[in-house]
Amino acid sequence: MTISLIINNERREVDVDPETPLLWVLRDELHLTGTKFGCGIAQCGACTVHVYGRPMRSCVTPISAVEDAEITTIEGLEGREADAIRSAWAEFDTPQCGYCQSGQIMSAEALLRMNPSPSDQDINDSLAGNICRCATYVRIRRAIKTAAEKLPGEGK
Amino acid sequence: MTSVKAYALSRRGFLAGTCGFVLSVTLPIIPQASEEDVLPESDAAVSPILPNAFIRVGADNSITVLIKHFESGQGPWTGLATLVAEEMDADWSQIRAEHAPTNHKLYGNPYYGDLQVTGGSTSMAASFELMRKAGAAARAMLIAAAADTWGVPAGALTIEKGIITHAQSRRSATFGTFAEAAANQAVPDNPPLKSPDQFIYIGKSIPKVDTAIKLTGAAIYTLDIYREAMQTVVVRHPDHFGASVASVDDTAARMVPGCNGVKPINSGVAIYADNSFAALKARKLLDVKWDMSNAETRSSEDIIAECVQAVQKTGAIVQTTGDAAAAFANAQTVVEAEYVFPFLAHAPMEPLDAIFAPSEDGGIDVWMGSQNQTTDQQVIASVCGVAPEQVNLVSILAGGSFGRRAQQESEFAKEAAEVFMADGGQRPIKLMWTREDDIRGGFYRPIVAHKLRGGLDAAGEIIAWDHCIAGHSFMKNSPWEDWIVNGVDPILVEGGLSNPYDFRDSLVTCHIIDTIVPVLWWRSNGFAHGGYAIETFLDELLEKSGKDLVEGRLALMTKNERLAATLRRAAEMADWGRDMRPGHALGVAAIESYNTCVAHVAEVSLDENGQPKIHTVWCAVDCGLAVNPEIIRAQMEGGIGFGLSAMLFNELTLDPGGRINQSNFHDYRSLRISEMPDVHVTIMPSAAPPVGVGEPCVPPIGPAVANAVRRLTGKSIRRLPMINALPT
Repeated sequence: MTISLIINNERREVDVDPETPLLWVLRDELHLTGTKFGCGIAQCGACTVHVYGRPMRSCVTPISAVEDAEITTIEGLEGREADAIRSAWAEFDTPQCGYCQSGQIMSAEALLRMNPSPSDQDINDSLAGNICRCATYVRIRRAIKTAAEKLPGEGK
Repeated sequence: MTSVKAYALSRRGFLAGTCGFVLSVTLPIIPQASEEDVLPESDAAVSPILPNAFIRVGADNSITVLIKHFESGQGPWTGLATLVAEEMDADWSQIRAEHAPTNHKLYGNPYYGDLQVTGGSTSMAASFELMRKAGAAARAMLIAAAADTWGVPAGALTIEKGIITHAQSRRSATFGTFAEAAANQAVPDNPPLKSPDQFIYIGKSIPKVDTAIKLTGAAIYTLDIYREAMQTVVVRHPDHFGASVASVDDTAARMVPGCNGVKPINSGVAIYADNSFAALKARKLLDVKWDMSNAETRSSEDIIAECVQAVQKTGAIVQTTGDAAAAFANAQTVVEAEYVFPFLAHAPMEPLDAIFAPSEDGGIDVWMGSQNQTTDQQVIASVCGVAPEQVNLVSILAGGSFGRRAQQESEFAKEAAEVFMADGGQRPIKLMWTREDDIRGGFYRPIVAHKLRGGLDAAGEIIAWDHCIAGHSFMKNSPWEDWIVNGVDPILVEGGLSNPYDFRDSLVTCHIIDTIVPVLWWRSNGFAHGGYAIETFLDELLEKSGKDLVEGRLALMTKNERLAATLRRAAEMADWGRDMRPGHALGVAAIESYNTCVAHVAEVSLDENGQPKIHTVWCAVDCGLAVNPEIIRAQMEGGIGFGLSAMLFNELTLDPGGRINQSNFHDYRSLRISEMPDVHVTIMPSAAPPVGVGEPCVPPIGPAVANAVRRLTGKSIRRLPMINALPT
């Protein structure tokens, strides 16, 4: 059936089985391949996207549940928090294989938007759902803290 | 798509690239066997003289470095591109990297009989001289071209940051200006290389070439490739190793909209669909009866028991010094310990995948994160009934590997080729493994048992040492079988063989145990389990004798000064011997692997469940010349996390009857950010040729943590994972 979506501020129509997880619609239908498949059961976070700005695991989100919702993927992630995150990520050359990093960045950006000065515990709580088999965690933690420090004042 | 189309290689000449004419630097090179002490003995006979092609200089002034080693996160793209940039005096912003095409004659790994294969932490060691010479040759050819054009002596030209200058006439030009002319210059046979004091990039933490694309979703992995009319395929695999398809009822599966077909292949049943979801949905509805006549029906406990049984008796001789039997007879005390290591999966973030498509010239285009290109190409050719050179295998960035993407006989590529051919070989396919396929797919680190015996004299000195290892061999019954000599698999026993402690009377032996569960190399192999056994057992013996655990090690480590230095350094960093916070303890371990020395000290406490919490790890590493210090530090950090996952949590088990128990990250769990310690790394200064860092970071973390846990609990953990050995 035809389902209407708002992805990265753009309205898109897809004709798919309504049970199809958002992940496979993004990848197979829209070729937005930055969102990754890692486990299919919401255990690894590689498929993290934002729905109304909040992190969601697209691998277990049926497309019918996000009809007309505002969805953001790594390709469309913008704004001062996103810039700060990417810049800090680059500063520490954080990715290794890189496959989980879209999901890590989506989780980190949402954290920073909701909590401009996250503690270690806040970072653990927000990113414990994102597995990195290369274990780039030391740099992820450092990058989030650096991004937080470099974000302009407002509310801090 | 990415720049994935292979191009013709020529001794020298023009190549039409994506950015105009390009200079192709090709030169005859023998990778130089450098200082014997940092190269493995097996490297003695390196490759014959063959042309190699590593650099393209574009008219747009870009320099593309072709990397023959597979990039799955360990940094060869950046590391090897750095060597070229260094010798060319290029500007770093000019540098691009991409995988070299599949061609073992040009891109073979001299450490592995010139197969194009990546492993054993060899990328930097194998290509250090080679890539520098390629860069130096390119530089000389550009200089010669500029000298010809300007009519000035070559010696009067200089290069800085990619600009060729003739100071006297105040002329300067970019590399791109002379790319075409340089291609007509003779390739120098032996271009001069820089001395270390001239280095501008080597030794600096140059930003990685593949970071930016990994921050925006732009990096292309195999799973991200889509072809016109491509079908997505998943395979229903058996729940038992060695089982084969007896019958298939695909009635329900075929009813799924988008499911195009179901075909049995050797490894299971392939489901062809228009998209991933249809393929996965149809797979669930498939009813397969399995022929169990050749299946493994033993439990993993049975398999472990077989290994444990084996280590009770002396096996094939790996190494012997003095007379261990006589020394044990004279010992005052004999201490024994048995160790058991479970099956482990690699679980790279990106499960295995491949794209196959018919090519215009009647061959086959294949895109995959291939770590073993030569064998993959040959196996694909064989299954598809074409010549190997008709298989255009394009290596793609891989979402992790840890050894998984190279198999002895390219079993994954074989499955993909069968999937492609079973459908007629005319339509592009994407074979996609799910996490379940990955966790349950075999090719595990083998089950291994170790038995250690130590003889102490009246003063508590260790005077006799006996180490017996029994486990599966991934070399046996494989193309690599000739590595096994006199019953000894050198990879199975490498931990025992590289024991750094100097015992006058010692014996190391091994048993190879057969299995039909497919087993495979796994990041750091025998160094991890062997190192765990040695470093925890020795720790206990030293403690029993009342010795300091660092000083006691150093006293025995008389023949490995590099390892001793890293151990001293890590101990200093951790302030070894300091008063600890209540409930905290330090544990130490030092292991040389792949010619790299690593020592870790871990600070550990116990959480409310009695499980170890690792607060901080201090790491000292000697990997020869540090080409890119930040990549080395990142590998140490990552290897610590990867090793912790395995030793704390991971095991693959088979239930009575042989069914695989685990299936995904919920029951084969990975370390999470909340469990990751702080890591402090010191790189030991060294002028020796560089060696690898992808694996040597792993082995010492297990024993360092286990030694701290023993200090906290009094309990020696001799069977992994640790989570089963401690209260929860």
